[in-house]
Amino acid sequence: MKAVDGVSFQVLRGETFGLVGESGCGKSTLGKTILGIYRPTEGSVTFKGREIAHLAKKEAKKIRKDIQYVYQDPGISLDPYWKIKRILSEPLVIHTSLSRKAIEKRIHKMLDEVGLSQEHLSLYPHEFSGGQQRRLGLARILCLNPRLVILDEPTSGLDVSVQATILKLFIELKRQFDLTYIFISHNLSVVRMMCQRVAVMYAGKIVEMGETHGVFSDPIHPYTKVLLAAIPVIGKKHGREKDLSLSGEPPNPENFPSGCRFWPRCGYKKGVCESVEPDLRAGVHGRWVACHLVNQ
Amino acid sequence: MNQNQKETLLSVSCLTVHFYTDRGVVKALDRAELNVSRGEVVGLIGESGCGKTTLARSVLRVLPPGGRIIDGTVLFTGKDLLKVKENDLNTSVRGKAITLIPQDPFNSFNPVFPVGTQIKDIMKWKGNAQDGKEIREKRILEMLEQVQIPSPRDQLKKYPHQFSGGQRQRFMIAMALLPGPSLVIADEPTTALDVTVEAQILQLMASLVLGRGISVLFITHDLGVASQICERVVVMYAGQDMEDAPADSLFSNPRHPYTRELLESLPNPEGSIKDIPGEVPSLVRPPEGCRFHPRCSQATDHCSRQRPEKAAVAADHWVRCFHPVG
Repeated sequence: MKAVDGVSFQVLRGETFGLVGESGCGKSTLGKTILGIYRPTEGSVTFKGREIAHLAKKEAKKIRKDIQYVYQDPGISLDPYWKIKRILSEPLVIHTSLSRKAIEKRIHKMLDEVGLSQEHLSLYPHEFSGGQQRRLGLARILCLNPRLVILDEPTSGLDVSVQATILKLFIELKRQFDLTYIFISHNLSVVRMMCQRVAVMYAGKIVEMGETHGVFSDPIHPYTKVLLAAIPVIGKKHGREKDLSLSGEPPNPENFPSGCRFWPRCGYKKGVCESVEPDLRAGVHGRWVACHLVNQ
Repeated sequence: MNQNQKETLLSVSCLTVHFYTDRGVVKALDRAELNVSRGEVVGLIGESGCGKTTLARSVLRVLPPGGRIIDGTVLFTGKDLLKVKENDLNTSVRGKAITLIPQDPFNSFNPVFPVGTQIKDIMKWKGNAQDGKEIREKRILEMLEQVQIPSPRDQLKKYPHQFSGGQRQRFMIAMALLPGPSLVIADEPTTALDVTVEAQILQLMASLVLGRGISVLFITHDLGVASQICERVVVMYAGQDMEDAPADSLFSNPRHPYTRELLESLPNPEGSIKDIPGEVPSLVRPPEGCRFHPRCSQATDHCSRQRPEKAAVAADHWVRCFHPVG
């Protein structure tokens, strides 16, 4: 079962790179593979010019500091039995040789950066709201001065107003600490606002990739068009007619169709689509698309 | 057609609900008010803790343990549901005159029985008493076709785990419509679905209720979703109703400061983010007067002492606010 299949892309320093798609598209798996939780079955991950996907444990640990991952469920990275002080100090104890005093200084600073305070250090995770838990998760990883932060569904489950606050924080922290983000989300409105470039995934593959503004205002791949048309937007009603391209559901990873994985739902399909997988190719204005219709 | 011309089906007034927890008494609803006309789709929107689900559950009197309805009336076709006997509620209201589409279709089916068994069971209890087995089955198959389940007869033999989230939600919609309700309460019916599936389900729901005289109370935190299907929207905050207006008016010209700030905090392509200062208050010690006042840019002293009455700021557009905006 190929959760992620033949995916290639680059993330430029200092950008926020979006990975979007629906259930089963592989975006979370991709994020975790970059981090090193999953070993890729094939292929490589290059970070700062160095291949990191197949490193020995000791070497991997050094890299681990530079790439951090913020989980969808903030509770995962916050041990419920530890007080915040210990949760924040632990990564520094493991990865650095800083003195206890220096560690304390750093965690105080980080708490401040994420808008929390010293009195929170003696509390337990369950005593915080969802939004605050996410801030804590952020503080924890920022202590290590990472270069790349992979954010996995960072605002899912958050109220709109809390989401706005967290997004503002992400932007501020990125500026302050010179971070690069990979922003994984199914929330297209958020991605449109936060990301300079975006890759749209479907059934384990990237189907379209390019500058966010271009992809959203002028989508090329049939799936991207359907996806964007489906976003419920205030002031724009969905069409009432039964739209063929909106029928069906994302395929089960155990049962991907042959050829182009989108062909069963595609309103533009040709014969070749059912048997041959299209390559992801670069076209006009740096837009990459994997579609037989486009790649004549 | 404005609300005056339509017959009122559901009228909730002065509804106050408390939850008794070990953290203290949570004042989940404070004199909440809501009206649904016959054939109208009303959206109930708000963020976590605003009381929208509590309100819906109170209508059916299915609050979780610890919840108690302290005060208020729930008039449904002229009867106060809060005073009706439990037995009568079961025979004619719950799952019959008022049905529910739950949030999570994954947990609504018993995994060890075929879906057909469960649907037929429901029709035995809540369908027309005079209908025999064949008529019931016929109705079920017809409804499944209406919700666009292909080859329904074969699907009935399958088990819940064999269906996707979107398909299960179609079954849920079918089960909510089969008993012939006058009101369907949909509690975040598309929240757990992928966006392309959500769009299909919203289209389906709209086609099945609009123009057929079925009222819907559509609960959601997603303003975009509400704008797709709701004719009228009620905004709630921390247990109080804040604004009540036709959907178009509410979204294009919100009059309550909270509604306006909520709309402004939605992600927008330009990239400017506005958040609402402060946090949602604890409902164990909620603010006095208007519960939004501590975070409100328009608030005065008066707002902290008295809850505003519901007042019209335009035709059919109501707010609870001493300083409406816009």
